[in-house]
Amino acid sequence: MAAYRYGYSAVLFILCGLSVFLVTNGQETILTGDDGAAAVDSPQTVTETAEQTAEQPAVEERQWEVTEVEEASPDEAAADKQDASAPETLVPPSVPRPKDDFQEELVIRPLHSGDIYASFQFRTLWETDFMRGNKVSHYRLFPKSLGQVISKFSVRELHISFTQGYWRTMQWGQPFLPAPPGAELWVWFQDSVTDVDGTWKELTNVLSGIFCASLNFIDSTNTVQPSASFKPLGISNVTDHRFLRYATLPREIVCTENLTPWKKLLPCGTKSLQLTELPLFSLQAGLAVLLKSEKLFHSSFHSQAVHIRPVCEDWQCKTTSWELRQTLSVVFDLHTSGQGKREWSLFKMFSRTLTDACPLASSSKVYIDITDNPEGEQFELIPATPLLSQAVVLGDRRTFSVYDLTQQITFGAVRSLNLLIRWKSTEGDMLRPLLHGERYVAGYGLQTGEIHTLMYNNHPYRSFPVLLLDSVPWYLRLYIHTLTVTSKAKDNKPSYIHYQPSKDRVRPHLLEMLVQLPPNSVTEVTVQFERALLKWTEYTPDPNHGFYVGSSVLSSLVPSIVAMDTNSTQERPLFSSFFPCKEESSYFVRVYTEPLLVNLPTPDFSMPYNVICLTCTVVAVGYGSLYNLLTRSFQIEEPSLGLAKRIANIIRKMRGVPPL
Amino acid sequence: MQATTQMLIGSSVFACLSERRRGQLAALAIAAVVIIVGVPLWWRTTETYRAWLPVSQINELAKLQLQLSADVEVVFARGTLTPEQQKKVPLTQTQDEEHRVDEDTALRYRYETRYRTATIMEEDALNQPTAAEADLSLHTLSESPCGSLVVYVIPESSSLLRQDVDVYIGQRRTALLRIGSPMRVGRTLEQLLAHMEPRMKQVLQVMSFSNTDITAALSDRVRVSPGNKGSIADSMRAFKSSPGYEITFSLLNPDPKSHRLHWDIEGAVQTYIQPLLTKLAPVANFSIDSQTLYYAVLGVNPRFDSSRSAYTLNADSLAHVINPVEARLGSNAASSNPVLNFLLYVPDAHHSPLYINDRKKQEVPSNAFHSPRWGGIMVYNVNAFYGLDAVFPVDININMAKVMGVFLAQLRLLLGVQSSTPPPGFQVAACGSAGLADWELDRLMWSRSVENVATATTTITSLAQLLDQIGNIVINDNIAQQVSSAVTSLQLAVAELEAGNLGFALQYSKEAILASERAFFDPSLLHLLYFPDDQKFAIYIPLFLPMCVPILLSLLKIVSEARQKRREKQAKKD
Repeated sequence: MAAYRYGYSAVLFILCGLSVFLVTNGQETILTGDDGAAAVDSPQTVTETAEQTAEQPAVEERQWEVTEVEEASPDEAAADKQDASAPETLVPPSVPRPKDDFQEELVIRPLHSGDIYASFQFRTLWETDFMRGNKVSHYRLFPKSLGQVISKFSVRELHISFTQGYWRTMQWGQPFLPAPPGAELWVWFQDSVTDVDGTWKELTNVLSGIFCASLNFIDSTNTVQPSASFKPLGISNVTDHRFLRYATLPREIVCTENLTPWKKLLPCGTKSLQLTELPLFSLQAGLAVLLKSEKLFHSSFHSQAVHIRPVCEDWQCKTTSWELRQTLSVVFDLHTSGQGKREWSLFKMFSRTLTDACPLASSSKVYIDITDNPEGEQFELIPATPLLSQAVVLGDRRTFSVYDLTQQITFGAVRSLNLLIRWKSTEGDMLRPLLHGERYVAGYGLQTGEIHTLMYNNHPYRSFPVLLLDSVPWYLRLYIHTLTVTSKAKDNKPSYIHYQPSKDRVRPHLLEMLVQLPPNSVTEVTVQFERALLKWTEYTPDPNHGFYVGSSVLSSLVPSIVAMDTNSTQERPLFSSFFPCKEESSYFVRVYTEPLLVNLPTPDFSMPYNVICLTCTVVAVGYGSLYNLLTRSFQIEEPSLGLAKRIANIIRKMRGVPPL
Repeated sequence: MQATTQMLIGSSVFACLSERRRGQLAALAIAAVVIIVGVPLWWRTTETYRAWLPVSQINELAKLQLQLSADVEVVFARGTLTPEQQKKVPLTQTQDEEHRVDEDTALRYRYETRYRTATIMEEDALNQPTAAEADLSLHTLSESPCGSLVVYVIPESSSLLRQDVDVYIGQRRTALLRIGSPMRVGRTLEQLLAHMEPRMKQVLQVMSFSNTDITAALSDRVRVSPGNKGSIADSMRAFKSSPGYEITFSLLNPDPKSHRLHWDIEGAVQTYIQPLLTKLAPVANFSIDSQTLYYAVLGVNPRFDSSRSAYTLNADSLAHVINPVEARLGSNAASSNPVLNFLLYVPDAHHSPLYINDRKKQEVPSNAFHSPRWGGIMVYNVNAFYGLDAVFPVDININMAKVMGVFLAQLRLLLGVQSSTPPPGFQVAACGSAGLADWELDRLMWSRSVENVATATTTITSLAQLLDQIGNIVINDNIAQQVSSAVTSLQLAVAELEAGNLGFALQYSKEAILASERAFFDPSLLHLLYFPDDQKFAIYIPLFLPMCVPILLSLLKIVSEARQKRREKQAKKD
């Protein structure tokens, strides 16, 4: 067979040259079509079909039929080929660089609370152009479904996150990628989009289908256009917030049905049916092996996100490419599940070990944060690695042990990598996060209340400005005149306030303000609100659970202790390169507060029927008496004699005396 | 004393009478108010909005009388007619053919045939050395409109056709038909035409619509009798008519560790697929994309055949092959058109080579299969391109010509460009660079127009039926508008089919199908304001019962009193 093939391709080789000649002569270049026609015409297909239908009476069943294609005769095949290149061969080593690139990485950071923070980042870079209207339709590493969404809806930037649990900043420090509980979606559209709201509506519906989430519940009542808090993260010259839409669904519950479509977007990430798993090779590779849903959701915090944005390829930004960043962060509470033993391994966390890198990835690395453990007095890392790397992340220079999965030596003799961290001491102090926020609802009763937002600046001597974004649903009617901002018991006047009042059942409140936080202080923002009465169809199925109000967003440039890295194109670990850094002295931080759960006055839902019945009865009673008054005729009745008189009359009659 | 008592009683009787009268009037007035104001008010406030629908026209459409007309021109070349026969041409004949599909659907085919003799230029064209060249030059002379055909009758002596070929069907809408010498065929033109008749019929069947095609296109409307299952299988294979299709080529690479595959899909699509789709543009819009899926495996473990030292997949197991892959193919997020999937599967290094066996346990030469209304899959073995000592991963260029040949054949099948086997003595020209001859496109357009009309009428009539049956559905103005536009387009499409304007007919039928689907799937129809009657009355009773019972009772009383009075009057008169 092989010999035949080689012979065949050799014939093709010779005839390809011929074909060039034919092409230049203006002859017919393609004859494949008629091959196909001939194939269809061949009587064998017809008989095949007839046989199959005879065998399977249910015609509706999916039938598989042999495609009959006659082997093209050599000269035709030669004419088929337009280019003279070898049709099927081993490619010489000088393969043209593919236009897309895939990287994967896992960062593990032991937290001082005893938990462990694992953050996956998968990045696909694709040098293509969605912007200038030319249709992009051939996908390799970039997932087709997202590519189609970007080009159809003219999306410039898309950020979507699904989070279960709340990130405890004070115990865990800053996350690499912050996300609010529930679902969050923010999108910058290209300036060619005319009907942004319509496009947004369609986009949310499509994304809802792609990610199996209830994003279709995003409508005008929970969408805002922040003016300053959400700037594009990729290259852009557009900052007109008309093209920005931001929405959160704090109620959204994230589970495996959201993880599966997210995993499908990874080139190495999908596992097909379990029962087809072939013994010789596994169907996943690289870090995606660890993404096992039963373990990932058995955690205190789970956040998965997809970020798409255009980025620069080089320092001068001559070429641009699209970046798809898929991130997944988990905080495992292994202390409680590990019977009090502080010992963690990849296998314990994910119930898998690493055996190889994704063959499509240009880099595949595991980073372990060992900054707090320079001499190994805190914990012990097995196997040890000589590779160390330093990265400036979130205003701090941190040291990481690096395991490069593309190197075979990483896996050692057992051909599998099971990282083990064994704690030695429980002491240790965490660097307190410089910025931190909290929020709660105060007040009693079901009529009014007060939202308190606390912003902590833990920096000992520097003050810095913070952008606070609050999006409150319309059924909490904010009394904006009661807005007070105090820090250190003094009034702190915001330098910028953008407030958009709500419209009932149309749009939410949007409050954005720029507040300067004095050093080492707590700034409190309070605003009173009144609870609105909803229509009875507007209540959720469990109205007594309460209504969620999405997290406030604090965005800030926090002064950095170490010089930040401003070169965005330099090769850096993925986790440190998400937020672009414009200056060396500060770094960008986004902090989400807790979502609020507010009780609204809830009616008794059987009430409408009761009310109808009661009202009808009252009306009927009133109507009945009125009707009687109007229609009955009244007449004077002869006063009837009393019983005593009647008896007396009878006696008198018997006596013959005239009655009374 | 007595008198005053009498007077009192009298006045009280009088007062009583007037009082009663007033009471009766009041009862009547209240009843009148309830009936005149209350009932209409209740009716209006609880009524559902139902816009007017063209029900009578829809009912007319439910009885579908389709007439398809095709213009046929028969041109006699020099030497085919005797001089006296020539005198009778030009001549026009109309042939009608009626088919009753079922009680609601009838088909009528009309061929308007014009006979004329060839012009000098056409004669020149017919003197070209080969049939293909003659076809091309005839095409440049005059372009026949969509849906019509021209048959050139050439003498037996003509060298255009091979000896064993009687009919040549060109790439455009022309056919060459050879007849015997006029002496042998018959003296009169009628005899000649009668002689040509069977051949002509075959030509028309091949190049224009045939009854089986059209009946198959009506399968949506008509339950086809179990007798002609073969045609059902054919019609089931092709995709249903739709305004657009998404074509997705997927390269499945289950083993990226060993194989690094390169396919020039962009170039291949431009070279092989795009010409066909450009040609098919009047029928539907197509969009093409491609993707590469890694770690995608088939759902069946192939069996190792030691005699061939190859892995084999049996035809029976093919139905299960695709299921795990299909979950990853993904639907097109950006449109709701049907997707045609074409998968190129490169088996992993440990399971190569992989061959597909058909039901007779024979190896399929193309190594490809297709699934009706879904797409096709081709297995592409690459193990022959590297030896045992190859260093993995190996870079492999895929021969797109070979792949696209298979996919193109499958695409034609799935789009319904099906060519039945030509009768003996026919020669069909190769379809050239576009991959599709004009007459093939016409055939497709005929059946697509009929299919669209059938689908749209079914949709519209079932929608009308549904709306008629459930009185609680709100019919908004936009739905009524969609329905009316669908009905108008349908009528226009039927009329254009009758007039033989195929292009317009297809256009209108597409509009009809779009409008009817939009009306049928309008979300506002789902907001069914449906309350069961018992619940409705449970809510009404507390109000209606106490209000209506006194009114009814007093009305009854008034009526009975009036009757009694009349009886008394009668008695007095008597």
